[in-house]
Order: sequence, then C-alpha cells, then structure tokens
Amino acid sequence: MGFLTYLINGLSLGSVYALIALGYTMVYGIAKMLNFAHGDVIMIGAYVVFMTMSNTGLPIPIAIILSIICCTVLGMVIEKIAYAPLRKATNLAVLITAIGVSYFLQNIALMIFGSNPVSFTSVISWEGLSFAGGQLRITGNAIVTIVVCLVIMAALMWFVKYTKPGQAMRAVSEDRDAAMLMGINVNATISLTFAIGSGLAAIAGALLCSSYPSLTPYTGSMPGIKAFTAAVFGGIGSIPGALVGGLLLGIIEILAKAYISSQLADAIVFAVLIIVLLVKPTGILGKQIKEKV
Amino acid sequence: MKKLNKSTQKLITSISVIALIYIIVCIMDGTGNLSSLMKGLLVPVCAYSLVAVGLNLCVGYLGELSLGHAGFMCVGAFSSAFFSKTFMDVIPDGPRFFLAIVIGTVMAALFGFLIAIPVLRLSGDYLAIVTLAFGEIIKTVITVLYVGVDSRGVHASIKDMMSLGLEPDGKLILNGAQGITGTPRQSTFTLAVLLLILALIVVHNFVNSRTGRAVKAIRDNQIAAETVGLPITKYKLIAFTLSAAIAGVGGVLYSHNINMLVANTNNFGYNMSIMILVYVVLGGIGNISGSVIAAAVLTMLPELLRDLQTYRMLIYSIVLILLMLFNWAPAILKWREKYGLTTSAIVNKFKKTKEVR
Repeated sequence: MGFLTYLINGLSLGSVYALIALGYTMVYGIAKMLNFAHGDVIMIGAYVVFMTMSNTGLPIPIAIILSIICCTVLGMVIEKIAYAPLRKATNLAVLITAIGVSYFLQNIALMIFGSNPVSFTSVISWEGLSFAGGQLRITGNAIVTIVVCLVIMAALMWFVKYTKPGQAMRAVSEDRDAAMLMGINVNATISLTFAIGSGLAAIAGALLCSSYPSLTPYTGSMPGIKAFTAAVFGGIGSIPGALVGGLLLGIIEILAKAYISSQLADAIVFAVLIIVLLVKPTGILGKQIKEKV
Repeated sequence: MKKLNKSTQKLITSISVIALIYIIVCIMDGTGNLSSLMKGLLVPVCAYSLVAVGLNLCVGYLGELSLGHAGFMCVGAFSSAFFSKTFMDVIPDGPRFFLAIVIGTVMAALFGFLIAIPVLRLSGDYLAIVTLAFGEIIKTVITVLYVGVDSRGVHASIKDMMSLGLEPDGKLILNGAQGITGTPRQSTFTLAVLLLILALIVVHNFVNSRTGRAVKAIRDNQIAAETVGLPITKYKLIAFTLSAAIAGVGGVLYSHNINMLVANTNNFGYNMSIMILVYVVLGGIGNISGSVIAAAVLTMLPELLRDLQTYRMLIYSIVLILLMLFNWAPAILKWREKYGLTTSAIVNKFKKTKEVR
C-alpha cells in the first residue's frame, strides 16, 4: 500500500513537471531557445492566484482564469521585449537574456510580495478517495492534478496536429525559413507558443502550490530546472516526450525520497537522467537528427 | 626584439592592466582609501574570474556549453579545504597552502576528466543539461557527506556524525550540510592575482599550441577535423580537463577566503554556474580577458549598489538584459553602426587621436 501511495504522489508531482516541461519543450521546438524564465512565470502565476483568493474573495475558478490571463500576457510581453529582438543572434545571447528575465521576475516578486513564504490555500477542496479501509488514500490534489495534466496534454496534441495554428507551429519548428516562404506568420506563431506555454505555467503554478503550499519568490526556480530536465529526459521538442519525461521524473523523485534518502533524491534524479542520456542521447522520445557533411 | 603575434600582444596588455590595477589597489589599501566592503571583494573577484576563464576555455574554444562549472569549483574548494584542515597542525602554513592549491586543482581536473568521458559523447543542449546534472550531483553529495579523521585513518558516512565512530581525539572535518568550518583564511589578493595571471598565461599557451589549434578545429567543424585524422575525443578531453582544473583553482581561492564553507544552491549550485556563464558571455565568448573584466565588474556591481538595497538585484537584472540587447540584437547593432558606436569604431577613434598627437 505504501508503494502505491508513493506511486500516485509521484504521478501527481510528475504531472506538474510535465505541464511545466511542455512550456520548455514547445518554446525550444519553435524558437530553439531555453526559456530560463519559465520557472519564474509559474511563481508569478501562483502569486496571482494567491492574491486574488486572499484579497478579493473571488471564487477559485475565476482566480485561476485571471492567473492564466496574467501569465499569458506576461509570456508574450517577455517574448516581445527581451527575446524577439535577439531572434537572429547566437543561442547563448538569448540564453543569458532569459537568465536576466528570470532574475528580473524573481526580484520584482521579492519587492512586491516580500521574501517571507506565504502559505498557499489549495485550489482543490475535495478530500479525495480512500480505498481498502483507509489504508490507501488518494488526495483530491493528486487526482485533479493528474487528470488536468492528461486532459491538457490530449488537447494540446489535438491542437498541434489538427488546427491551422498548430500546423503552423509544427512548420515553424521544422524549418523557419521555409515556413515563412509558405506565408506563415512566424512572429505570431512564436508569440502564440509563448502564450500557450505561459498559460500552462499558470495552471502548473496553482497545482504545484496546492500540493506544496509554501510560496516564495524562488518557488519556481527548482521545479523549473527539474521540468527542463524532464523535457530533455523525454526528448526536447516533443510534446509526448514532455509527458513521459515529467511523469518518470516525478515518480523517480518521490520513490527515491521514500526509499533511499530524502537529501539525495535530487542527486538520484539527475543520475538517472545522465544514464538515460548516455544510452539514448536524444532523450526517450527524441528524434535522431542525422548529421550532414 | 622578435615581433610578437597579436594574441601574445593582447596577453601582455591584459597582464599589464591587471598588474596596474593590482598596484593601484595596493596603494589605495596602503593609504586607507579602500572600504572594507571592497577589500572583502578582492579575492572573490579573482576566484570568479578564474572560474570564468576556465569556463570560457570550454565554451569559447571547445565550443561546448557547460552548466556545471560550479561543480568543479566545488570540488576544488572542498578537497583543498579538507586537506588544509586535516593537516592544519602538521604542515607549516606556506607549503600547506601550496599543496592545497595543487590538490584542489588536481581533484577538479580528475573530476573533469571522469565526467568528460561520458559527457562528451553528447552535444549541444543535451551536453549542457548533463553537465548541469553532474554539478547538482556533486553539490548534493557533498551536503550529505560526513568525514572525520582520527588515529585509525579517515572515516566517511552519508548518514550522520555519530555513525562515523570517531575516537575521542578524532577530528570531524566535513560536517554534512554544515560543510567545513575553520579553514585557514590564506587566500591573499597578491596570491589570487598571481594565480589569475598564471591561468591567463596557461590558457594563452594552450590555445596557441598544436593541441589548442586542434581543439579549435574540432569546434569549427568536427567532421572536417575527423576526416583529417584528429583524435577528437582525446583533444576534447584535454580541453575539458584543463577547463575544470582552472575552475578548481578558483574554488581553492574561494574556500580559503571564508570561514564557513557550505555547499548550497547559491554558491555551488546551478545558480553559480549560470552566474559564471553570464560573465563569460558578457565578456565575450572566446575572449579570455573579457571574462576577467566581466567577472570583476559584475561581482562589484551588486555590492556597489548596496545602498539601493532591494532595488540592487532588480537593477542588475535590467542592466543584464539591456547589455545583451545592446551587444547582440541585430537591429540595435545596425543602429550602432550607423552612428559609429561599434567597439571597433570607438577604438579606431582613440587610435587616430593618438596618431595626431
């Protein structure tokens, strides 16, 4: 029973990682950049939910929608101001700018909300299910998180595969110049990608803080790094890869915490990542890129 | 005098500039014009510069993005501090610190070598994430490690202090998350500057050696380099190991400048790796003296802005974003060219005015 509980907790944490990893992987697939500020967008999203709930008393769904809108706008603004001017510059320049944006968001949050952790009230009030006479308890948080993640993932895959903007996204990630020649508005497509990724970050933020209720301006940074690892783990650029990578990473982390050592859990997660990448250098579901001479 | 090539001239210029700054700082210190805040920053600036020089060798000349150099710094710091504390009363100060530097460097190089064997099979972003993972592993393992020494030898454990089973006269050296306390503070500014200059010379000679040229050839076109028969793995290993070793020296300086050496996210985690990468990119990828300048300026900047308190990191981040846009955005570069604001144009202007005189 203990094992099953850990597994479900792992799936729930993994679902959050998968949602965050989606933002990394989509942006990477289309703009070929690592958006280091993504983790901090999660933190901003969580703060928006927290502030709305505690200050205005609006119902939870409205708080979450408001947070999604804020993060979407934030993501698009960041892209326009900081990343778009650098689109033709080297990758490293964009990476450093993203780091700058990450510091900026953290410090803005530090100024507005202070460095003291606030305790986040869960957005899910459901107690959860209980099996086998109370031996196996599944919290409402875990169930909602997993279901939300799977629904979003399915919707996103449908969106990318069957809608016009989704096809444009795939075309841009395949070959930006050719897509431009075909009349696709590349700038709008990249903006859309950032918008979707940041919107998902808002949901991920609310779900993450529902399970781990202490919220500080630095809350987003470690899950951000882990989710980025998950994206690479599953094969960066691939949407199903983000799901697989996220879930596996979450499960490994929780099991390592439970059975080996809670302090060493991070080290074990990263060690597994290294082993996977050594066996399959492009991640679990990543495409092999042929090198041309 | 034999005519020196451009790169050697550049090296001599940067060494003389560092020497000049050193003399100025010493005079300021002697006359009491140096605030204690600045004094405290002198050694860290050199330590970060060293790590940045090491990372620049990896990013600029090997062409591989490493996000784990804080890990090598960490290895250098802890191995040397461990040595210094263990032999605190056995070996006199001078030789002990010299040995500590050697040990820190060798250990960092060894870790660099061991990590490079698997890591260099990958490329691009995958390599970056694996180096990040190694850096985090090193940091995490050190925070759970307990090591003590007594008459029976060295004891290590990952559980707690008690499980070491030390004799009463045994000495606990590495105390898990509390790290190493009471390392002798032997890093002086003079020594740090000397090590920095030494590192600059080593990197300069390496880059211009036969091996260095091979490394650059591999960076520019790996397939072409392979077809002319260069042993790719060997050269990559050499460059990565050297890069880790230099980062290790930075770690030694860092650890012998503070009393309490602990490994956390900010000083040896990915945050530090990223910080160092910022120095390298802002200083110019492949420009070794640029890394030193950027490390110095960016380490000083938040401290100089201390009066602004909460705003200082905010300003730092805005400066960082604006600098990147100013340096790299194609639209802004065009604008700078139009108004003669590019670096080369400004340098030329200075040269011309000199000639007129």
